[in-house]
This record gives sequence, C-alpha cells and structure tokens, in this order.
Amino acid sequence: MERVAVIGVGQTAFEAERRGSTYAELVHEAASAALDDAGLDISDVDNIVTASNDFWDGRTISSMAVGDAAGAAAGEGRSISTVEGDGTAAAFYGMSRILSGAYRTTLVVAHSKASEGDGRLITNAFFDPVCERALGLDAVSAAALQARIFLEHSGKTTEDCARIVVKNRSHGAKNPKAQLRRPLSAREAAASPLVAPPLRSGDIAPGSDGAAAVILAGEDFAKRRGGKRVWVEGVGLCADAPLGQRNLWESRALRDAAKRAYAMAGINDPGREIDAAEVSEQFSYQELLWLDELGLARCERVNLSGGCLCAHAVIAAGLVRLIEAALQLRGEAATQAPAVQRALAHGQYGLCGASHCVWILGNDG
Amino acid sequence: MDEILVHESRIAVPYAWSAGEVLSRFLKALRDERKILATRCPSCRKAYVPPRKTCGNCFEACGEWLEVGPRGTLLSFTQALYDSPAHPRPSPIYGLIRLEGADTALAHLVGESKLENLRLGMSVEAVFSESRSGSILDILHFRPAS
Repeated sequence: MERVAVIGVGQTAFEAERRGSTYAELVHEAASAALDDAGLDISDVDNIVTASNDFWDGRTISSMAVGDAAGAAAGEGRSISTVEGDGTAAAFYGMSRILSGAYRTTLVVAHSKASEGDGRLITNAFFDPVCERALGLDAVSAAALQARIFLEHSGKTTEDCARIVVKNRSHGAKNPKAQLRRPLSAREAAASPLVAPPLRSGDIAPGSDGAAAVILAGEDFAKRRGGKRVWVEGVGLCADAPLGQRNLWESRALRDAAKRAYAMAGINDPGREIDAAEVSEQFSYQELLWLDELGLARCERVNLSGGCLCAHAVIAAGLVRLIEAALQLRGEAATQAPAVQRALAHGQYGLCGASHCVWILGNDG
Repeated sequence: MDEILVHESRIAVPYAWSAGEVLSRFLKALRDERKILATRCPSCRKAYVPPRKTCGNCFEACGEWLEVGPRGTLLSFTQALYDSPAHPRPSPIYGLIRLEGADTALAHLVGESKLENLRLGMSVEAVFSESRSGSILDILHFRPAS
C-alpha cells in the first residue's frame, strides 16, 4: 500500500475569544500556515477535507462556509468534502482519499469558535430529542457521570486527576499557541470551583476559538518534494455504543482503534515503542482513561503541548494533537521530548468519548 | 484595532419528531400506566431501556417487551452546579440508573436527596409525575428507595 505523509502543519493561536476574526478567517489563517510550512501554494493542493459541526457554527452546511477560506475555489478549483466530527476523523478521510489513488495532496482543516455558541445547549442537543434531551444533560454533566464511574472502577482518585491538570498546565504555559498559559498548582487545582462533582473547573478543558490544518501527501509527492515530513504508520477509527449502553469505565472503541493503528504500524509494545503521545483529554480523568486503553499508562511524554486542558477548539482539538505529534517528530515542539522516532495522536468525538481516532506517526527511516 | 461588531441572533426552528412505534409504546406506558418498559434482544438477551427497536451489539430486532423497575441501582451521579437554559430545575442532580430487569443504564434526574447522601450502588426508585404527557419527564425523578 502507498504511504501517506504529513508534509505541512499550521494552527492559529487558541484564545477564549478571537473577536477580531470570523471562523472562516481562522480557517484561512491555519490553511495558509500549513501551506507555508509545506512550502506549497494552494495550486499544489488537489483536494480539501474540512471538519465542522453545524450546531457549533450556528448554520447548516457549515463546511461550505469555509470553502473559499480553505481555497476550494482558488484558480482551477478543487474537490472539497466534509466530516462532521473531530479533525482527526477528517484527516482519516483525507488520507483515504489519497490512498484511493484519485488525489496526491489533501488539505485538512478544522475549526471552532466556542465563544460564539452556548456549549451547554449545543451539547445538550447531542442527546436524543424524544426521550433524553428534556433532562438537560450536556457534555460536562455527562462527563461527570463517567468520571465518578471511572474513579470508582479504576481505584484512581481526584488527586490523580489533579496531577494531570498540573502537568498539562505546566506544559501549556510554555506553548505559545495555548489559551491557558498560567501553570496551576495542585493546591489551586484542588481548590478550583466544583462544576459537576467530581469535576472541578480545573479538570475541564476550556472552550477555545481557533483552527488547525495539515497537508497530507502520497508517497511519490512527499518524496519528490523533500522537506519536512513525517509518515503515517498506522491509523484506526472506531465508534462505540450510545451512553447508557456501554461501560463508562472503559472504552472499547478506543481499544479497537488503537489495536488497528498498532497493527498497521507493527507496534507490539506501545509503552516501549511510542516516544511521545498527544491525547484528547476534554477532562483530566480522560487522560488517565485513554492512556489505559492505549497501553500507555506509564508513558511520561503525554500532552507536552498542554493538551486540551490548555486549549480546546472543539472540532479542531484532535487535529491539534496530530500537529503537535508531528512537531515532536520534527524536533520543533515548544516542549520537545528527546529522540522522538514515533509519536501517537488521538482524537475523540461525542459524549464521554463516543468515538476515537488513533494515529501513529513516524520519522523517515 | 477598529471596533469589531458582534451580530447577536439565535436559531429557532420548530421540530415535530416522531417517537416511532417503540418509543411511543414506552412513553405511553409511562403516561398511562406508570410503568417502565424495556425491549430485549432475542440473541444476546440484553434488555434495553429506553427500549430500542434493534440491538446495537447483535444488529437484530428487539421484539420482546418487558416491564423493568421501578427500583434500580445508582451507577453514578453528579450535580450540575452551574446554570443552563436546558436544565429542567435549578442545580439538577443526575444519576445513571440500572433498573431491575434491565441491562442498560438510564440517565435521569435524582431528587428528594442531597448529593452528599447519595452512594454508588444504592437502591433508588422512580417517582412518577402527577401530570403526565408522554415524556421522559413523566418520571419526575428517582429517589433513594424506602
């Protein structure tokens, strides 16, 4: 099978409110940064995949609203298609398009402006309209239910969760793109206001405005072009049963996605063979849960970017993980791990991690 | 920077969602009989509440109906200590409840108890609303079982 490379990455800074720009303008900023990074012009890109969510953007066919900004109509024009989901799923689709043989290069962009909608109402709308939505649950209160089950079942504690908060916030403080750039002490994390017990405000990813973009290329194009590139060694994408129908202390979907990605990459012992990981922890307990399922519980190089706890532009969150994993491999991350030859990136979508996408990236060699 | 204008608006689109045959039967049983009904998969024997027409695990039709609850086990709980326009009551307490006879967890409100008095695994029971309209809120909430 042909290989696919990530040949360019770009992201905006992530902020609580980026009032000066529309979300389409954020897409253009991230796409332009990725093209610059790749040393390419939009004419070198032969197809585009966008990730967006109509409820977050407040309009239908939200993807088409960013088509121009992503370069769909520039020059001779190019194919554009859309994923309603996390940016990692859009990248999965973008890679599949290259592997189909129909395209050489895919620009993948994802964006959200969390400041512009009401996350409580938008995520309440994740629930079934006929027999669930009237309860008023949303992503945060649902996650609190998962958090309590996970802590009970795993024997882990809120102190373990606070350690994740402290770690990620200390990394985020060094990441110029992060929204929360002030470290948080264990004492501050433990004293942050209870939002939905056992979750405190420090345990919950902030809502961010921002966009992320990557450029994927087939092997021939990537090799001919040279430059900075990292290779996709494995990828897996799996969805789980709805809330209430699955065990919330585990994630079968993440295990399945990881198994596929590891098999494709020839990884037998992820703890030894993966040098750095970027996982989508929308809540502190999720980093512990996801790492368990990824077989990376002992990995010490996780979310060196600060993770979602320091910046979370909802739909773009997973693509940022992919970018940060690529930067670790390139030796260009703000908090750089030594000698990274293989990195993992993870994205999730839906209530309490209803679907998961796992990427294994590697350097030349 | 020059002044940036913000356009404030909202989307207000009415919907009339069909509950379908299966959820209609479930909601009518809440409304008319104060009963909680589930469907069972003939293959894996899993009992779903709210009832499902098909089993996600087996991809088979769940043809068998059974009554579950009104008692159940509290599998998790929390309290939303923030305001939301979606909340049906201030600072709602939420629980995941496995009703007696069911294999899935039902998310619902918990009432008649403070959060600090709730325990994982405790027995809870459904309290039905006096005025019922064929809605999930025909169950007013679950409370610690007497």
